[in-house]
Amino acid sequence: MEQFITEFNQNLFFIYLIIFTIILGFEVISKVPTILHTPLMSGANAISGVVLIGAILLIRTAGSDEYLRLTLGFLGIILGTINIVGGFKVTDRMLDMFKKKAK
Amino acid sequence: METTFILNISYLIGVLTFVFGLRLLGSPDTARKGNLLAAFGMTFSVLVTLFIPIEGASNNYLWIFGGLLIGGAIGWLTAIRVQMTDMPQLVSILNGLGGACAALLAVTELLPYFQGTLEMTTSQLAIGIFALLIGLVSFSGSLLAYGKLQGLVKDSQVQLPMHNVINMIMLLAVLILGILISFFSGSYTMFFVFIAVTLVYGVSFVAPIGGADMPVVISLLNSMTGLSAAAAGFIYQSQLMIVGGILVGAAGTILTVLMCQAMNRSLFNVIIGGFGSSGGGAVAADTDGKTAKTITVNDMAIQMFYSQSVVFVPGYGLAVAQAQKTVKELEDLLEKNGVDVKYAIHPVAGRMPGHMNVLLAEANVPYPKLLDMDEANDMLPNTDVVVVVGANDVVNPSAEDTPGSPIYGMPVLQVWNAKNVIVLKRSMSPGYAGIQNPLFFNDKTKMLFGDAKHTLSELAKEVKTL
Repeated sequence: MEQFITEFNQNLFFIYLIIFTIILGFEVISKVPTILHTPLMSGANAISGVVLIGAILLIRTAGSDEYLRLTLGFLGIILGTINIVGGFKVTDRMLDMFKKKAK
Repeated sequence: METTFILNISYLIGVLTFVFGLRLLGSPDTARKGNLLAAFGMTFSVLVTLFIPIEGASNNYLWIFGGLLIGGAIGWLTAIRVQMTDMPQLVSILNGLGGACAALLAVTELLPYFQGTLEMTTSQLAIGIFALLIGLVSFSGSLLAYGKLQGLVKDSQVQLPMHNVINMIMLLAVLILGILISFFSGSYTMFFVFIAVTLVYGVSFVAPIGGADMPVVISLLNSMTGLSAAAAGFIYQSQLMIVGGILVGAAGTILTVLMCQAMNRSLFNVIIGGFGSSGGGAVAADTDGKTAKTITVNDMAIQMFYSQSVVFVPGYGLAVAQAQKTVKELEDLLEKNGVDVKYAIHPVAGRMPGHMNVLLAEANVPYPKLLDMDEANDMLPNTDVVVVVGANDVVNPSAEDTPGSPIYGMPVLQVWNAKNVIVLKRSMSPGYAGIQNPLFFNDKTKMLFGDAKHTLSELAKEVKTL
């Protein structure tokens, strides 16, 4: 219990951040109309590729002879980049097709 | 000091672009801008992360740029080549890769602890294990979802007897292992057992969920990837990752809830996959021994051509037949004669949220013609002809008038309120839910059997001669 209290006090900022972000997320997204569900999903999907940031930090701070870390990080970068580039690009392609009037 | 400041400001900008990007994605007029804004914020944050000086870091840029190039090329080529009908598969696989990336980070950061070269606090350990767990489930689950959507895996091939019980046991095992490792210092071996069991659980978790339930499972996996990214953000104390991840988690959760509501089922009910498989004892709809009436292409063309309003109700069958452009062709021909054409779209039509809207947008149907369920139900009583193309359960009146039917209570498109209903269908076989549809036996309904694309192009030919 004591440990929990210490951790709670130390991480108070993050606890606030989580709670407010959850509320913000639900507020921002709950208004999306049915016709945009797929682009919302693929766009959000691309944003989850933000883990790429972690992979870059991992490789940058790894020693140049720590081959296991480098290899795993390298894989992570490939996967994260596919997720980001593929996600944003395909969302853009889809949204480009949504037209108010026929051509 | 200054570099930290620059980094923090940059990530703050990144966070803002994500929030406003998602907000702009909420309206068709601004959605494209929103996506580009978020993409810009992402690129900016990645660039800053790449080049901000880190004291004593060996940088290893070769590894980084190699990965960025390979990943970027694969992502870009896939995105520009994919068919719109294959969008559910693509979203699944991209989602799985995001989860895998988060899991890889967690493994890499946890490994030194198990090798005994790094001290970690309980909470660091627990967060790492949490990121790993969700990332892995999202990865292996998404792979199976991809396999199912791509038609590589059939639902029946991966369903075991007592699958719910097996899944419960595996989930328990995964959680117990995770808790043991986090709070009671697990061993190297235990760590790898945990990884293996979690991967298998991801597959097993998605296995019993299939067919029309795919929109739910894709949304759920999407939200899990977001959470795994957020958890990985804690490892790096990165607010950008945490906020980005949670926003995605929220988006996925909202879509999951919306999809469940659109089927009037609880998430638990969808996850245990009881719909099609255990519906055997369900109350059969009363069809009074009636037989379904059929209509010829010629008659149907005439009926549509001389009506005032036509509403198409697309379903997964439209995607399977790749018939979206043929529908649009027919729409143009009818509109030339002054027929008002609209599309009524049920939230769970297709295999992912909004699937039908994307297909019709691809075929160049302007989005004001795409009605959501409430708009459509208001309009249907004044509609002359409703054409159901490859949809079934979402137009089943049993949902409203047959208590005891597995889909009773599910909100549906009330097509039977229209003056005439024509159903394009391959055969009389029941839909995904395995239940008979009394709509087919309604006095207003006529059936036209055959492949949707073929039938629609025959109709278009016929309409041209009128």
